[in-house]
Order: sequence, then C-alpha cells, then structure tokens
Amino acid sequence: MTAKVTFNSDRCKGCELCTTVCPKHIVAIDQTVINRKGYHPAHVTDITQCIACASCAKICPDSIITVEKF
Amino acid sequence: MEKELWKGNEAIAEAAIRAGCDCFFGYPITPQSEVPEYMSAHLPKAGGVFVQSESEVAAINMVYGAAGAGMRAMTSSSSPGISLKQEGISYIAGAELPCVIVNCMRGGPGLGTIQPGQGDYYQATRGGGNGDYRTLVLSPSNVQEAVDYVQEAFDIADQYRNPVMVVMDGLIGQMMEPIEWHEVPKRDLAPKDWATTGRKDRDHNNIINSLYMDPEECDRHNDHLAEKYAAMEKNEVRWSETDCDDAEVVITAYGTPARIALTAIETLRSEGLKVGLFRPITLWPFPEEALRKLAKSDHVKAFVDVEMSSTGQMIDDVRLAVEGRKPVHYLGHAGGVMPTVEEMVEAAKKALKEVK
Amino acid sequence: MAIVYEKSKGLTDVELHYCPGCNHGIIHKLVAESLVELGLLDDAIGVCPVGCSVFAYKYFNCDMQEAAHGRAPAVATGIKRTHPHQAVFTYQGDGDLASIGAAEIVHAAMRGEKFTTIFVNNAIYGMTGGQMAPTTLIGQKATTCQTGRTKEQAGMPIRMAEMLSTLDGCVYAERVCVTDIANINKAKKAIKKAFQKQMNGEGFTFIEVLSTCPTNWGMTPLKAVDWLKDNMIPYYPLGVIKEVAPENAEVK
Repeated sequence: MTAKVTFNSDRCKGCELCTTVCPKHIVAIDQTVINRKGYHPAHVTDITQCIACASCAKICPDSIITVEKF
Repeated sequence: MEKELWKGNEAIAEAAIRAGCDCFFGYPITPQSEVPEYMSAHLPKAGGVFVQSESEVAAINMVYGAAGAGMRAMTSSSSPGISLKQEGISYIAGAELPCVIVNCMRGGPGLGTIQPGQGDYYQATRGGGNGDYRTLVLSPSNVQEAVDYVQEAFDIADQYRNPVMVVMDGLIGQMMEPIEWHEVPKRDLAPKDWATTGRKDRDHNNIINSLYMDPEECDRHNDHLAEKYAAMEKNEVRWSETDCDDAEVVITAYGTPARIALTAIETLRSEGLKVGLFRPITLWPFPEEALRKLAKSDHVKAFVDVEMSSTGQMIDDVRLAVEGRKPVHYLGHAGGVMPTVEEMVEAAKKALKEVK
Repeated sequence: MAIVYEKSKGLTDVELHYCPGCNHGIIHKLVAESLVELGLLDDAIGVCPVGCSVFAYKYFNCDMQEAAHGRAPAVATGIKRTHPHQAVFTYQGDGDLASIGAAEIVHAAMRGEKFTTIFVNNAIYGMTGGQMAPTTLIGQKATTCQTGRTKEQAGMPIRMAEMLSTLDGCVYAERVCVTDIANINKAKKAIKKAFQKQMNGEGFTFIEVLSTCPTNWGMTPLKAVDWLKDNMIPYYPLGVIKEVAPENAEVK
C-alpha cells in the first residue's frame, strides 16, 4: 500500500494523542521543528509502513491530519 | 365595530395571537396567569406553540431560541418573575432578537404582594439585566390600549430587532372592560434573513450570539446598539396630554394612576383650578422633550408625579426632564393601595398653593 | 489517490482555541461527521453553552445559537418546538449542564424534547480556571477545593446520564469516551444513533462524553487520558444507560 499522510503542521498543538493510536508506531513528535504556535508538531517517521488506517487523524482534536491511499 | 367584554390578561393573549405570535413560553404567577392559560388553550389552535416552562428563566430562554430561529415569540410574567427573566432579556437585547414581554406588575420588593404595583419602572426602563441595553417599554392605561400595544409591540420588536416590553399594573390585567378589535398600524418589515433556520442553500451559517471577545468589536457592537436606541428615541416616543395647554399644575402618571388622574382633573377643573395630565405611553424612550416643553411654559407652575410606588421611580425621569425649572411633588402608594382622586386633588391644590 | 480521512465538512475552517489534547476537538468532529453522514448538516441548528465550548458556534458548520450559561436546553426547546423537522442539538459542558443548567436539562428531558444533547463531562470547570464542578470526583483537586473534593463539604459527584434516564421523556442515554480509536468509534455510533432517534421523533436523547482537561487537571494530554481511564470511568461507567426501543417510544 502507498499512503500519504498530510499534517497541517501550523495548527498542530503537539498533544501527542495521535502518537498513541498508530498501530505501526510511525507517528511521532518532531522535536527538530517548532511551529508558529510554539509546539513541536507531529509527523510520520516512516511513510512506507503506513497502512492508511487514519487512526491518527481520527483522534486528532484539531483535525489537522489528512490521510490518503493509492 | 362591535364592543366585546374582555379580561385584560386574556385580551392581551388574544391580541398576541391576532398579531401573529408564533409561540408563547410562560410560567404561572399571579396576577398574570390568565395569559399562559389563554395561550395554552388558544395558541395551538391558531397553529402556534405553547410551552409551560419550568421557570421564568427557562421561558425567556425559550423565547431566545425561538426568536433566534425567526419566530414571533412572547412571554409574560409578573414582577418577581420578570426579575428572573432579566438574564435572558439582556442576552436577547445583546443578540438583537425581537420578542414581546408582558409584565403584569405587582407590588414588591421580594414577594411583596399580588396586588397591582408600579415598582418595576426602573427594572423596565433601566434594564434589570447586565450591560448597556434598552427595551422599548409601552404602558397601557386600559384594556383597549393593552390590546393595541401588544399587537404593535410585535412589529416594533421586529423592526428594531429588540425586545419590547408591555408594562402594566396588575389592575389592567385583572380588569374586564369593553374593547374593540380593530386594525393596528402595520410596519414594513425586513425579512429575517439572519435567523437560524438551518443553512440549506445559504452560503453562510447564521449565528445568534451576544459574545464579542475582541474589545474593539464589542465596543462597535455596543455603538451599533446605541445607534438603534437613538433611533427609537427619535421615532418611537409616545405620550398623551390632557388639559395641559393652560395647566398650572401638571400631574405626571402612567397606567391606572393616569386614569384616576383624569377624574381628579375633572374635579379640579370644576373648581376652577387649571390642572392637566401628562401621561408617558412609552416609559422608555421617555417623552423627555415634550415634558421639558411643558416645564418651560410660563403657565406651568408645578408638577405632581403620581405612581403606585412608595418612593416613586418615574419621578426620576420627570425631574430629569423638568431640570429643576419647576417643583416636582410626589404622591404614591405601594402594596396595591391606589392613589385616590381625593389625594390627587389635595396634592395638586397643595402644589399650587406653594407657588402662588 | 483516495481520501481515507480529512477534516469534516461539518466543521468550519476556524482554528480551535482548545488547549493541547483537550477532547472537545474530537467530540466536535464526531458530532460534525454524524450530521454530515446523516445528511442533516443543512438542517441542523446547534446551541452552544458557556464554558470552554462557548465558541462552538464558530466551529460547527451549521446555524448556531449561543445560549446563556446552562440555558441551552431551554433555547433548544424554543427552536425545536417551532422547527420540529430540523436537527437540533445542544453541546454543553458539566458546569453548564449539571450545575447552573440542571433545571433546564431535567425539564427538557422530562418533556421529552426531541433534540439531542451532547454532554461533555471533564469533571471540572475549564474556562473559568479549574474550579470544582458537580462532577468533580472525590479527592480530585480543583481551585475551589484545593486539597481535593470531600463528600462532607460538597457531596458526591452527580451522574447526569443515570439521573436523566429516570425520566420517561429520555429515550436514549449513553456514556462514552474518546480516549482511543475503539471508544471514538463507539462514541460516534452513539451520537449518530441519538440524532437518528431525534429525527424519528422518539424523544430526548443524551450522550455523555467523558473528556480530559489536561490544563486544569495539571497533566500532560497523555497522562490525562490515563487519569480519565483510571478515575473517571470507574465512577462514570461507559455504555448504554437507557435505550427505549423505537416501538415503545412515543413517536409523534
């Protein structure tokens, strides 16, 4: 499967809820980035493993994650 | 037109139905309970909605919801119940919703009495709720006027998107009088395209709200409300004058005391004393200019304000209008005790004696 | 390329003001998704409360009214009685619904008002700064019970779903949470069912959603999730509290 996960990173509040629900453990907080709100936003560490289950997107309180699959 | 005998409170309810009231939300309290009683029996038959709420607080908030959804909404109560509605009235004014509120006033403070009173003048004209807002306040002095004003109140409320109160002492609500059902003036009203009726084909959501977190936005909103109130002051002031053209003493009164004053004036005139009556019909906006004009007249020597209140409340507005030009005397009773013709005659004579 | 998940059309594009990890955002989108999936968004009229979700009128992409504190069920009554064919909902927190608005919610349920209430219970007053709510747990610290709530001083916390279930007018009450995907799915199913029952004219429907308040609980969002599971769920059990079968509901 080829999946695409898009984060509207400017709106991420770094709450980490998305990191707790990924069955592949590939969603993490990107400690190298600080967004305009001052948070470290979430990102996908290895998209090749993504199964497009959208769990991260479903739990995101700010609805900043879009999940697509090919 | 044929005259019909109606009890004030029932007539008010019927008038509202005839004015196209879509929904009524009320709670029992003496001496206004005939309004919800009549509404419960007759409004649904006319296609409207009646709900007996759990409290006056809930009733006024049901009015908020229905008015916000574009309905002609109404509630009624009596003094302590109107106190409970103040929160909702403030929100309704803030969110700019039209509605009609009838206060069939009894005496206070607190539980006070179930007898008629006029102790809610401040509450009605100054706003018992929080914030800078005004309600347009109509005060009938007989059942016919009550019927006419209630019908007009819906149009006025819709025109300005503002609550309109019809304030009358309990006597008018409880009294039976012959009235005529005639057409009241209708206004050209804009469609309620702001109402929350479901977005459907609209390209935007309609939102009913009184919250403005941005200070400047809240300031602008208040300025907008102030402009609206200024327009009401310009266009909606009503009063009546009886025998004021040559009056040396002018009695100021509204509601039932104004009616009693008419007899007092007759008595005084029959004795050769020039006394007139100035009756505000809109308590807010108060007919300040008209009263000031009288105060400036050479023939007017004194004013006697008469209210069903021990301290007097409207007297503040009378004094503001008179601006110290002439003495303003006071006669009043609370607890349902009516100011009598004799007392008014005596007060007018005393006022006259002081300035002669 | 197929979209598996994107922000619901039932929400506007306005950025949510909620604190990081606050569950309001999740609950908002479950309501929004339910309205969209049931084809009710264009017919919906929502009523938001006073409290943290006071700005919900900016977030739900439908007509909205902002009510005074606790009065949302009365406002919704005024709307639904005059617009009986439209989807009407209130969205209220625990300070709003269980404290100042206790009378309004009880009587709306008693009358069997045909709207849906989404009750977000995070066991604390959020917006005003973490004061004790009627739902605050025994021992839980709040700014008005700084050493923890005691039964002696404040009584036992109120279970709204159970209380309202005693009223015949309430045809459906379920308590859910949104701590993980399985619970989020259950919560959405419950919200959808509530709206369906509303539109069937069955009666008053009530979904209580347990929620975290990381900021006022003084925890990270992830610790707050654990605290909810360990402390709230034992006192506020999840599941259907009451469901009247449609054939037994007084459908009008």
